[in-house]
Amino acid sequence: METHDAAVFKRHIRQYIGVFVALLVATVLTVAVSYVHFGAEDSHVGNVTVALIIATVKAALVAGFFMHLVAEKRSIHTMLATTGVFFVALIALTVFAFYDSPGSHDALKGGRVATEAVAHGH
Amino acid sequence: MDIPYTVQPREDTGLFNAKVGIWLFLASEVMLFGALFSSYILLRIGSPDWLYGEAKHLNIPIGTFNTAVLITSSITMVMAWASLKLRQFDKYKLYLGLTVLLGLVFMVVKGFEYRDKFQHGLFPATHTFYAIYFTLTGLHALHVLGGMAMNAYLWGPGSKMWRTEPERLTNRVEVSGLFWHFVDLVWIFLFPVLYLL
Repeated sequence: METHDAAVFKRHIRQYIGVFVALLVATVLTVAVSYVHFGAEDSHVGNVTVALIIATVKAALVAGFFMHLVAEKRSIHTMLATTGVFFVALIALTVFAFYDSPGSHDALKGGRVATEAVAHGH
Repeated sequence: MDIPYTVQPREDTGLFNAKVGIWLFLASEVMLFGALFSSYILLRIGSPDWLYGEAKHLNIPIGTFNTAVLITSSITMVMAWASLKLRQFDKYKLYLGLTVLLGLVFMVVKGFEYRDKFQHGLFPATHTFYAIYFTLTGLHALHVLGGMAMNAYLWGPGSKMWRTEPERLTNRVEVSGLFWHFVDLVWIFLFPVLYLL
């Protein structure tokens, strides 16, 4: 007769296979939506947002099930939440610093003009 | 003297020590890759001539294939650990062996991609995009190599521990797996950021 632990792990294995299939489907979806333009015509913000949402869902599946975070101890969750705060701060401070520097908007505008000129072969 | 808490959980954390250790290490890795991702954002929004689409000369089908390879290696890794929990040592060897092989496939494909770039005269110094592309994918590839080395040890000489301390080997495989899944997780972000956006 199968032990309780063995039955639990066999259930987990079915979960892992489900997550694996979901990850493969999400990968195909990521590539497919990259050929569709989202948002304003001259902006990449829509596509960046969609791609990062799908990537975040995939990452959550890997971390939650393959790395067992859904059933992990509170001390690990606290450690990761702290890391998340510092990670967001790192990204935010870099971006804020960029937009805060004098002339960054003009430089960005000039950059877009230059990029369009290259795209149109001027 | 034996190393304490390799199998038994510590009273205060409720975890065996290596698990706390690997999560602390992964937290530092998040910040390492975070610094490079913030560099990517800064370079991209500040560049007057960032490369988009076909101008990057990156092969999307090959990138997609490598993504699928790493995802598959993640499930074989977790199956290797689950096999030890189910006391199925032969299956453990099979799944962990597959994990190492899939890591090798990823590295070979990445090697061909690099060779193709170099043959077309595309180097880190060619463009800001390639500078951050080679930095991010190069650092990631070093992590894949590190994970492969660790898993190859646990598949080969390290697996002898199964005869003497099976629980300890199971915990080692779990810790190695956490690192391997993290490497997969980083690639999940690298692929769209570098190839598709």
